[in-house]
Amino acid sequence: MNKTVNQKAWFLVLPVFLFVAFNAIIPLMTVVNYSVQETFGNNIFSWSGVQWFQDTLQSDRFHASLGRQLMFTAIILAIEIPLGLAIALAMPRKGPWVSVCLVLMALPLLIPWNVVGSMWNVFALPEIGLMGRGLNALGFDFNYTRQPGDAWFTIVLMDVWHWTSLVVLLCYAGLVAIPNDYYQAAKIDGASAWAVFRFIQLPKLKRVLTIAILLRFMDSFMIYTEVQVLTGGGPGSSTTFLSIDLFKVALGQFDLGPAGAMSIIYFLIILAMSWVFYTLMMRNEAK
Amino acid sequence: MARILIDKLRHAYVQNPQKPEDYALKEMSLELADGGAYALLGPSGCGKTTLLNLISGLLHPTEGRILFDDTDVGQLTPEQRNIAQVFQFPVVYDTMTVYDNLAFPLKNRGVPAGEIDSRVREIAGMLDLGPTLNKRAAGLTADGKQKISLGRGLVRSDVNVIMFDEPLTVIDPHLKWVLRSKLKELHHRINRTMIYVTHDQTEALTFADRVVVMNLGEVVQVGTPVELFERPAHTFVGHFIGSPGMNALPCTVENGRPTFLGHAVPIPGEIRLPNDGGRLEIGIRPEFIKFSGLESGPTIAVEVTKVSDAGRFRIVETRAQEHRIRLLVPEGDPVPSGAAQLRFDPKHTHLYRDGWLVG
Repeated sequence: MNKTVNQKAWFLVLPVFLFVAFNAIIPLMTVVNYSVQETFGNNIFSWSGVQWFQDTLQSDRFHASLGRQLMFTAIILAIEIPLGLAIALAMPRKGPWVSVCLVLMALPLLIPWNVVGSMWNVFALPEIGLMGRGLNALGFDFNYTRQPGDAWFTIVLMDVWHWTSLVVLLCYAGLVAIPNDYYQAAKIDGASAWAVFRFIQLPKLKRVLTIAILLRFMDSFMIYTEVQVLTGGGPGSSTTFLSIDLFKVALGQFDLGPAGAMSIIYFLIILAMSWVFYTLMMRNEAK
Repeated sequence: MARILIDKLRHAYVQNPQKPEDYALKEMSLELADGGAYALLGPSGCGKTTLLNLISGLLHPTEGRILFDDTDVGQLTPEQRNIAQVFQFPVVYDTMTVYDNLAFPLKNRGVPAGEIDSRVREIAGMLDLGPTLNKRAAGLTADGKQKISLGRGLVRSDVNVIMFDEPLTVIDPHLKWVLRSKLKELHHRINRTMIYVTHDQTEALTFADRVVVMNLGEVVQVGTPVELFERPAHTFVGHFIGSPGMNALPCTVENGRPTFLGHAVPIPGEIRLPNDGGRLEIGIRPEFIKFSGLESGPTIAVEVTKVSDAGRFRIVETRAQEHRIRLLVPEGDPVPSGAAQLRFDPKHTHLYRDGWLVG
């Protein structure tokens, strides 16, 4: 068989190529450019090699932001994944309450992110917010604008409120897709409720859980808007996560070189960790 | 091991059933002997799966009793009833090996490890699953998975009954045959009551000693394959079993004899006919109709309209006025064209009133 050689086919992929170039490759290359040059005003650049990368990787400030970021992501994954799974398991499978539950679950996902930040900002204020005042009235010394622990508590609570629904909806979709035959067979085999969860529901939910963990990992690792609106990274720098730090470096101090280097490192970390997660969770799938 | 007695059972899926139509399963009584091979046969939606789930305990009956020997099990769970069931789609526990899948029902019941091991190996041997015992169940083909489902049913030595809910639906045709003979063989080996639900007459007739034919939520006939063929209790059984199905010809009764288009049609027994009319039909299978040669006796004038070859015999369609009559002619026998005379075998001609056998 002779393959038809027709170079005109390249024209057909040209639009896609241009689209990808302008919306991904060129902006990314700009960042790469910045990351290896020293920038002065008046469009004067000079080559600086890997200087900014070295500086960033060795800076205590970057280490601290990265540490906070990892801590935050670990906490919200540890809460949202089990909680979302538990809520999905508890949700009704049929009847009029299904739509009520689904609508309630979808609501937080429909609110714009900066609005979520503002809502919780007011909600948690110790002087006027329902939660802030309530906690103080109960005898807790709660003030998220001054105490780092309280700020973390509020941010984690806000993220759980905002994003657990996504995990719930994914898990619920997975649960509904399990044929009834499995439950009946388990009943006949004398399986306990735990065995049904362990050997039927959990294995069948593996794929949706993988998706849920990946999405929540990436989103929480890039969290910016809500925290920026709620605490602006404070008090002090106690809630300054990577994206907020990056914003400060790039647009607060206008250090474009270090910001470029930081962006690339940030991007590579997310890429690498997503790959590790995915590989680990899909390890047994191929067999 | 148990004899199963179904006593005036009715079931409705709706709450507070009022009308007869509310019942998915109309009142029925049935006795299944210990160790028998039964088939529940009927078209989709006839209530056979409902009946199966009532026996297994996945459903609880609206009315009536189900007895295993002398125990009323109506309100017991499937686990308490000690039954096994194989479903239409293979159910395997994906993360477990084939061995663990087979051992699962025993482990759940706290059987000692040594006994589990010997049971699992014995059953795996019967089902030819031996070489795959340490593989993950998820990697097997559909028929391999269905064998595991089957094995989980067989592995418990004390089950009262093993039920199959159209277990071969998703199996490739050539493997269907293999698994069907396997089932039959297993029934002989372990000699336990088996109930097999299907809408496929071949599966039912080859597997079962006795077939329960169902239609529209009720049991139409219980009998051996031969009885169903030779003496259908209802025209539905005549149509549903056999290929092509039984001819049903509208008739009248004159001077105590069924009469079709003015011809008296002899039937073997007495006619038990109430006086209040009803729709009368003569039922005769295509196998029992012949073209009339020189033999004497009453014949029916027909016109041959269509002949189709089905291998060892031909299916001949004829017409007597507006009525279609089909018959089978063995390979090699002549088929007249145009006008012809038909003769019905009197031993296998039956009379039906409103669908039910009356003579």
